[in-house]
Amino acid sequence: MNSHGHSSGLLRPPSLRRAAAAGTALLLAAVPALASAPAAADEDGGDTLTIATSQQVDSFNPFTAQLAVTTNVLRHVYDSLITVSPKTNEPAPSLAESWESSEDGLTWTFHLRDGVTFSDGEPLTADDVVWTFTTMMENEAAAVANGNYVSGFESVTAEDDRTVVVELDQPQATMASLNVPVVPRHVWEPILEEEGDAFAEYGNEEFPTVGSGPFVLTGHDRGRSITLEANPDHWRGAPGFDRIVLRYYSEKDAAVEALRSGEVSFVYELTQAQAEALRTTEDIHVNVAEGKRFQAFTVNPGAVTQDGEEFGDGHPALADRTLRQAIAMAVDNEEIVDKAHGGQAVAAGGYIPPRYEDFHWEPEGGGALPDFDPEAANTMLDEAGYERGGDGVRVSPDGDRLELRMHVHQDRPANVNAGLVLVERLADIGIEVRNLTVDPGVLSDALFAGEYDLIFTGWTVNPDPDYVLSIHTCGALPTEPGTMQGDAYFCDEEYDELYEAQLAEYDREARAEIIHRLQEVLHREAVVNVLAYPNIMEAYRTDHIASIQYEPAEGGNIWGQDGYWAWWSAEPASAEAGAAASGPSTGAWIGVGTVVLVLVAGGGFLLLRRRATREDRE
Amino acid sequence: MTSTPTRAGDPPGPGANDAPVPADPAGPGRAGRAGRVARYVAGRLTTALASLAAVVVAGFFLFRILPGDPVRAMTEGREVTAEQREELRRQFGLDQPLWQQFLDYAAGLLRFDLGTSFQYREPVAELILNRLGPTVLLAGTGTVVAALLGLFLGARAGWRPGGRGDRVNTAVALFLWSVPTFWLGLLLIVFLASGRGFVPGLFPTGGMVAPGADGALETALSTARHMVLPVATMVAVIYAQYLMIMRSSLMDEKGADYLTTARAKGLRDTLVRRRHAVPNALLPTVTLVFLNLGQVVSGVILVETVFSWPGLGQLFYSGLRVPDLGLVQGLFVVFAASVILMNLLADLVYPLLDPRVRP
Repeated sequence: MNSHGHSSGLLRPPSLRRAAAAGTALLLAAVPALASAPAAADEDGGDTLTIATSQQVDSFNPFTAQLAVTTNVLRHVYDSLITVSPKTNEPAPSLAESWESSEDGLTWTFHLRDGVTFSDGEPLTADDVVWTFTTMMENEAAAVANGNYVSGFESVTAEDDRTVVVELDQPQATMASLNVPVVPRHVWEPILEEEGDAFAEYGNEEFPTVGSGPFVLTGHDRGRSITLEANPDHWRGAPGFDRIVLRYYSEKDAAVEALRSGEVSFVYELTQAQAEALRTTEDIHVNVAEGKRFQAFTVNPGAVTQDGEEFGDGHPALADRTLRQAIAMAVDNEEIVDKAHGGQAVAAGGYIPPRYEDFHWEPEGGGALPDFDPEAANTMLDEAGYERGGDGVRVSPDGDRLELRMHVHQDRPANVNAGLVLVERLADIGIEVRNLTVDPGVLSDALFAGEYDLIFTGWTVNPDPDYVLSIHTCGALPTEPGTMQGDAYFCDEEYDELYEAQLAEYDREARAEIIHRLQEVLHREAVVNVLAYPNIMEAYRTDHIASIQYEPAEGGNIWGQDGYWAWWSAEPASAEAGAAASGPSTGAWIGVGTVVLVLVAGGGFLLLRRRATREDRE
Repeated sequence: MTSTPTRAGDPPGPGANDAPVPADPAGPGRAGRAGRVARYVAGRLTTALASLAAVVVAGFFLFRILPGDPVRAMTEGREVTAEQREELRRQFGLDQPLWQQFLDYAAGLLRFDLGTSFQYREPVAELILNRLGPTVLLAGTGTVVAALLGLFLGARAGWRPGGRGDRVNTAVALFLWSVPTFWLGLLLIVFLASGRGFVPGLFPTGGMVAPGADGALETALSTARHMVLPVATMVAVIYAQYLMIMRSSLMDEKGADYLTTARAKGLRDTLVRRRHAVPNALLPTVTLVFLNLGQVVSGVILVETVFSWPGLGQLFYSGLRVPDLGLVQGLFVVFAASVILMNLLADLVYPLLDPRVRP
């Protein structure tokens, strides 16, 4: 009897104890909430703009920084000679007010703006520009990040304090896109000397960093945050926000929730599902911008080195242009947009995305191949002697069955889905595709060993498209297997001639015309087959950010601009709006706190009483 | 982890029992015992060191087999020339023959130099130290809370197997055990952090400390607040293993004669359980706790990722993606070393707790 009574009574004290424990935990959690300030408003005065990011910092050393997040941050810390106009996507003055080239195109003169100072008060002169470029030309470790810009430089000299003269080996149309951070010589020369061979590892984390840009880097807590403070004395004018903080969110869905709660003001690189979900949320604006990237698949035309040595094991029939063209024509790019991008992309198109209006080319008229015409593709193959076998799969005139491997990036959903579409469409013209959805490392190994048939690729195209065009010249073929500079083993004499011509053409319109013809050759040869240009999707809180400059102004993006327009121009929303929206009111917190306190106190009291009675009994 | 943990409960090897009787006539028993203990400890230490050496070698070559080229991965999408790639390859030492790379790496380890991370351009040891604290804080708290909760509930469940409390407790624990960590974490964020409708955002969505927090107290409170959801997620998912082990262990003890004796003395049921059954049933859980503590360092990758916790698990994941060989092989050694160390500790502590396996 007695023991029964005990055991039923037993259940209560522990459950009380548990309640008390839970109450304590809640209290612990709630107290600091009362103390902490809302996200957008600011305890030290001034407005903070918080960006959710995920990519880790490699280095803040502008000579070596590679990753998107650091090059983006550094763009706000160091000015470059020339930037990009947000209106036209064309080169626009920055440190250089104006520039001109000589008759032969080999001498470029840049006239620097007057009265530019670094954040430590020292003036920025031609000497700083010359030292920055010369260091990249002379020191291999300092060329890691931007050496490509100076590879054609013969010499750089300062004619006077405001004039920089660059002599070139050969004409170079990319001179008006010198997106290279200019650093203060008086800070960096001692660093270079002191670090010596260790310069490659120098991370430039002595805050605040000295630069001439609209922001100053003031802190980096690895994996947690990066902090930039406004430079009120910037020659273009002070930025709207006093501070920019990049906060780390390793999981994009969590970052989206942080945007909802107001902990961050801006989230970028959204998926289509995330963008859709945010579209209906109050106080959040979803920005869908024209993409800078193209998504493509390339066909292995037979891997060779520059000396003509063949390697790899690509399907031999793919050396036949007719077969490659038929493959390109079998795929419906509109279907790729629908099924692989959920409609959030633009169907291709030439090699350069339509965002760059004057350089973009659409295959139409003249000798251009039709974009999607499976019937014509089938006829072409029939006529070229690719006969269908008993199982419906064609056999090449040399007797090879058309069974192709396709390498797809496992980590890119849009590629995986596009791959599924490709399998079906190529089956329509009698080609069997073996879908290899693999780790990016495996894919990269297959590409550089030439051991593939079809493989996915994609590039982000900069306002000056020279680089993405250069990777398909014969010079980009590997010198020995495995060292290819390009990504398609493409080599075509006409293409190379056109490429040289566009690089030497300083008239933008004439250059655009040549770039159109380059894309026409690429399209005709059907080695690089562009499928779509994915849209850029990002979102910001309208109760934190009142206005912000897109690049380009119409249909442009915020994150990843080639200039610093977005964060320099962003204006904070009025203080009341920001405070009202950032989390529950203090009153709500006091309410929660009181309830918890009562619970804990009550629980503790009951617990003590219970203990006491039990001890009495024992 | 490819470490070869020795089971904590293993009986000592035959050598330990066949120890020759020492010649010292003054205290044969005592000296013999000291000798046996010394040999036991030395044996365990040797095994641990051998495992560690094997891990170093295996780790180095395993990661070299990983597909992909670190330099290409790091420069992907960047407009770099062949010369720039060559320079990076030289800086990372990837232009050296494999044996040379291994010798350099091994020589560095002997000097406690774990090498340099390719992508972070920082000494690996520094990166690890920087993140060790957050990881130990999160995973350590999670493990301890889960162990306490699991053992407590397990003891109750095991005392009355088949009862209502047992059925409910076991069902809930196993349900949570089978819930994907990632999903549970996101659910908690959606319902408790982001603030929907009338529900305010009670907790932060991620990170470890609010950006503006200064002062020790404010930082500590902010950290505590940031810890609630990740710890809750971690505990919810893993406490079942402690519960189940404690439950079955206690069920084994339940029929033991000494409990009948204890009851015969007239002790209350609770006391019989608390003072007699539970201490004995705790023994098997010691192994589990030590094993899990060894893995505390490698962190809880999924929890760290969902809650953007700046820990080692996340660091390892970011290193694998490149692959950042310098970073992953360094982390691998540290993870393995911590598991080996904890196993060693378990081996050494167990005989103290359980006289039956004393050497």
